[in-house]
Amino acid sequence: MKKIKLAVAAGSFCGGCDMSIINLNEMLIPIEEVIELVFWQVAADFKFEDVEALQDKEIDICLYHGPIRTSEHAEIAHLFRKKSKVMIAYGSCSCFGGIPQLANPYDAQTILDSVYTNGYNIDESGPNQNYMRPKSEYKKGRAMTLPKLLDSCLPLTSEVDVNYFVPGCPPVPTQWEMLVDIITNFIKKGELPPKGTVVAGETALCEECGREKPEEIVINRFRRPFEIDPDPEKCLLSQGIICMGPATRAGCGGQCTLGANMPCRGCFGPAPGVKDPGLKMLSAIASIGGAKIEAELGPEGLKKLMETIPDPFGTFYRFFTPEYIIKTKKKVAEEESSKK
Amino acid sequence: MSQKKKTREPEEAKRLGVFVCHCGKNIAATVDVENIAKEATNLHGVVHAAESHYLCSEPGQKALQDDIKYHRLDGIICACCSPTLHEETFRKAAADVGINKYEVEIANIREKCSWVHSDKEKATVKAMKIIETKVEKALLNEALTPISVDVNRNAMVVGAGITGIQAALDLANSGYHVYLVEQSPTIGGHMAQLTSTFPTLDCSQCILSPKMSEIAHHDNVELITNAKLTSVTGFVGNFKAQITKKPKFVIEELCNLCDDCVEVCPVIVPNEFEGGLGPRKAIYLPFPQAVPSAYILDIENCLGIHPLVCSKCRDACEQKAINYDMKEEIVELNVGAIVIATGYDLYDISKISEYDFGPEVDVIDGLQFERLLNSAGPTGGAVLRPSDHKKPETVVFVQCVGSRDPEHHMAYCSKICCTYTGKHALLLKDQEPETEVYVFYIDIRAAGRGYEEFIDRAQEMGVIYIRGKPSKIFREGDKTIIWAANTLTGERLEVEADLVVLAPAMIPSFDTKILSGVTKCNLDEYGFFKEAHVKLKPVESLVQGLFVAGTALSPKDIPECVAQGSAAASKAMALLSKPQLYHDPIVAIVNEKACSGCKVCQSLCPYGAISFDSVKNISVVKEILCQGCGTCASACPSLALTLKNQTDKQIENMIRIALKTEAK
Repeated sequence: MKKIKLAVAAGSFCGGCDMSIINLNEMLIPIEEVIELVFWQVAADFKFEDVEALQDKEIDICLYHGPIRTSEHAEIAHLFRKKSKVMIAYGSCSCFGGIPQLANPYDAQTILDSVYTNGYNIDESGPNQNYMRPKSEYKKGRAMTLPKLLDSCLPLTSEVDVNYFVPGCPPVPTQWEMLVDIITNFIKKGELPPKGTVVAGETALCEECGREKPEEIVINRFRRPFEIDPDPEKCLLSQGIICMGPATRAGCGGQCTLGANMPCRGCFGPAPGVKDPGLKMLSAIASIGGAKIEAELGPEGLKKLMETIPDPFGTFYRFFTPEYIIKTKKKVAEEESSKK
Repeated sequence: MSQKKKTREPEEAKRLGVFVCHCGKNIAATVDVENIAKEATNLHGVVHAAESHYLCSEPGQKALQDDIKYHRLDGIICACCSPTLHEETFRKAAADVGINKYEVEIANIREKCSWVHSDKEKATVKAMKIIETKVEKALLNEALTPISVDVNRNAMVVGAGITGIQAALDLANSGYHVYLVEQSPTIGGHMAQLTSTFPTLDCSQCILSPKMSEIAHHDNVELITNAKLTSVTGFVGNFKAQITKKPKFVIEELCNLCDDCVEVCPVIVPNEFEGGLGPRKAIYLPFPQAVPSAYILDIENCLGIHPLVCSKCRDACEQKAINYDMKEEIVELNVGAIVIATGYDLYDISKISEYDFGPEVDVIDGLQFERLLNSAGPTGGAVLRPSDHKKPETVVFVQCVGSRDPEHHMAYCSKICCTYTGKHALLLKDQEPETEVYVFYIDIRAAGRGYEEFIDRAQEMGVIYIRGKPSKIFREGDKTIIWAANTLTGERLEVEADLVVLAPAMIPSFDTKILSGVTKCNLDEYGFFKEAHVKLKPVESLVQGLFVAGTALSPKDIPECVAQGSAAASKAMALLSKPQLYHDPIVAIVNEKACSGCKVCQSLCPYGAISFDSVKNISVVKEILCQGCGTCASACPSLALTLKNQTDKQIENMIRIALKTEAK
């Protein structure tokens, strides 16, 4: 069988996605038979120069994981896009920004300030007593450069054209079964699925989560998972725990809800067709929160109930911030800088 | 506002027309209608725009229809007044010339624009924007067909006081089968307790009992007494009602009303029909004219239906009509319309701590006094003090007890107390002209034919009216003392009375709240049922097919109750007489592929229209129940629920237009 050239490139990665590939165990054997690895820094000492030396579109499939956090990540993305036929956003970060995008309410300046100057352990006695901070250029003696921290942490699509998406933090072996199908189909018949295909389930997670749901789901008190010992059989929402399952794409098989008795955090991203899963879930929670005791609570009581939701941005937008919020933030930042 | 006409994409080749109404000067004074009509032709999808002085007039509608035909329009936008006024008018006009009525949009530029603004330039910009958003919506509107459903031609009336009786009789006499459900053992309600009715003083029982008897013998009425409505499911035209019948322990068909059981019963308890002023046995007939005419065993007070303890009544009954083993029964009824007429109760006077209350201190309420005056009552119609059965020499009436007191009790006026207190005083004076009679009032409110004259008559008879509300009523020796101030003269008063009669506020009957939960009919701030529109829909509720009448809505006198009973019946008949009902097709639909079965929507539907298909693991919308409120669609976290012709795409497009900044 003809082999295809595969590259695994990365942006601001944590290594979890690499692990998810290694974690395939025996599944790697048939995969290895059909691919020729041209780049994967975790597996071997590949150099960017090697990639640059390749002809355009020489790589058949590139899996890119991690979001675009610095100028270097953008460069890598552009390089691999140029050299690859098929670009796959692998993992939640490159699909929608993932955990690193939680920093998106803040711009680069604020992030650097809080890390190097205003951090709780930063003072004269601490490790950074001179309040040093990285600069992207250093010119004393030999000129050196460092990648520049961008104002936002964005998915791969913000820089390059992406063919397919494999969400998950990290993706699971069942998605690899689908991926292998795609790859073998490509080798044998040269056929590819339509552009934009998401390699995951076709509904929301609740479809896969076998937890028993009561007739009515109403939350009269919000609880964090550590506050109670959740009943492993019953729907977590009905127990007052905010579970992102209803707004999140299926495909993980309920790893957290079924496997760990923990609520879904939304790593598979929006359910099909949904543009803003955080908003949709917020709307659902606002609807079912205190739904049957609304008259009793009154507007003030409802407000108080809703205020007990810890960290709304981190809860509802943990993996995915829709474009318009980032755009708005950018606009506000631009207006502010123009004022200065 | 000027913009270049966008090129229309072929799949959106919808031909829209915009019709802008001047509404005389109502719109034209603040909105430049002429200019708007001109500008509207530039909008995406609009092929024709016109203005009209009165679009709703016959010539206006005619011109609209001609334009629709001439320009071969697929949809229209009428920029005019609120859709509550003329949406139906224009839908019909458009439908007559072949446009689907759901392709008609109303852009409200009167109530939401011209009436609330004065700056003509800005108002014109806003009006244009309103029209533009509606054009965007119209581009994606779909032609819909109303949903039709068969009508069950039976009706149910809940509560058999005078309102319910009137409603049931009207329905039955028009040929509809009526189930009349009453929670007490007999029909008649409070009216059966009254002695005579103001202002004509005709005997209450004499005018009520013919109607009760008609109910008893009517072929179209099925009477279910001692029963409660415990559940209502279904929808207009097809309700399923569950009635829980409490056991009476007496087989009605066998009982021959011989009274043998009552004679042997050893238990004597206060009779609630007499306001507790007279006795009854544990097995009893509520009152002689009771319908259904049959004894009932009061299980709360009976020594025990265990035959070893006491079985005197069963042993005495020759007809073998007494059965101690009767069980609670649940009846399922299928009806097309429901009339709620559950009436009122009196305010709990124990909540007014400054007033002593009870027959032992000779302070009673108006209904108890009715029984004292009634010749069938415990004293045979003679007014005697309940404590010692002596003739009272001084009687004091107090009005507004618990009503018109927003700080402590009920804020509203109970409406009938002024007149019935006048009646009480008049009847008392008539019986014992020597009695000193005082009436404490805040204001006299006796609106109604002959009511004011009626109060005048009482005053002419020597009843003393004192403007002021007693601050304290208490017992001292064998007299009841009233402290008050005459607010007209400023004097402090202390009256020693032999008998005090209070006129407590009328409040919703005790299980109104439960019934509201069962029927999903809203309550007002005082707990009365709420009508759909206080002026224009006085007996309709917000639940289609459910009507409410009489004192279940607010305090009323008998003529008003009868009128409302008839009104509710005629509304129900209008519904039942239709062979088919049509339901607006603007309903929620479930995208079966997208629904993950999270059940978030289940508890939210205020109309019970969403159920769950556990086989497919998806939510299901019952279209006929759906009122198109959109609650489920906004709550659905996976976009599986959408409202027809109110899709996310349409709303997004409308918001985009609304937020668009004007390029100037």
